[in-house]
Amino acid sequence: MALESVTLAPVPAELTEEAKAELELVNRARTGDTSAFSALIRQYEGKIFRLAMNITQNREDAEDVLQEAFLKAYEHLDQFQGNSKFYTWIVRIAVNQALMKLRKRKTDRSVSLDEQIDTGEDTVAREIAAWDPDPEVQYSQDELNGILTEAIDGLAPIYKTVFTLRDVDGLSTEETAEALDLTVPAVKSRLLRARLQLRDKLTRFFKRKGDDAFAYM
Amino acid sequence: MLTCKEFLAELSDFLDERTDTEIRSKLEKHIAECPNCWVICDTTKKTISVYKGMKSCAVPEDVHSRLMAALERKMAAASVAKK
Repeated sequence: MALESVTLAPVPAELTEEAKAELELVNRARTGDTSAFSALIRQYEGKIFRLAMNITQNREDAEDVLQEAFLKAYEHLDQFQGNSKFYTWIVRIAVNQALMKLRKRKTDRSVSLDEQIDTGEDTVAREIAAWDPDPEVQYSQDELNGILTEAIDGLAPIYKTVFTLRDVDGLSTEETAEALDLTVPAVKSRLLRARLQLRDKLTRFFKRKGDDAFAYM
Repeated sequence: MLTCKEFLAELSDFLDERTDTEIRSKLEKHIAECPNCWVICDTTKKTISVYKGMKSCAVPEDVHSRLMAALERKMAAASVAKK
């Protein structure tokens, strides 16, 4: 690919050093620098694979989504404007690919990330028991990872996805909304439910010894 | 005073420090007077904290290799198309 034939995204001065370095990687990838695109893959493949697993709940589909998302991103690198994070951009591609997988599995073509939302009373906290000040120190890193993973795996895909992007990966509410094509209020309500459900699940492990959880009225 | 349900509806914004001053002081007053909501607030804050930065699992090496092989094929095809 000749350098003259590609349009590079300008690097805005107000970007953080991290964002500038990322945009430079994208620009190098646009000129055909395969090592730059490989670096982007190395940086984000784990998160994209986790996201794809969260949505499809199927290892084979998640693998396809991972591959299709990065290939599409490479193909359409010229459409990346550089005014959002590369991660937000590729998340959106991966979410679309994952939803297409879900649609293929169903005859109903109206599958969306929101379809499993119920509007029941799941924003009501059920377990009220104070936790130890540093509950995580009671467990080894492996045990803690097992507890956190099991709890998050028990959430419906939309809650899991919103929580992971927002609270684990550190996207803002607006970036999460953009990546998932949801409104900001929709992200906020799903985030609240996800946080409260996880809190309930973790209380079983982290509550202060001697404190019994009781039903919240 | 806010009800517990009203408090819970604002909990995320409260923890993310995205509430305005007036609502924030009402929420602070509520948790000062309601032990259950104090516990929910404290434990939800800790929930967010223990998950923050949780590492994603490494992509299995065979999955990574297939991705890189597919990318190389794509790049090779693009290069042939340009010639």
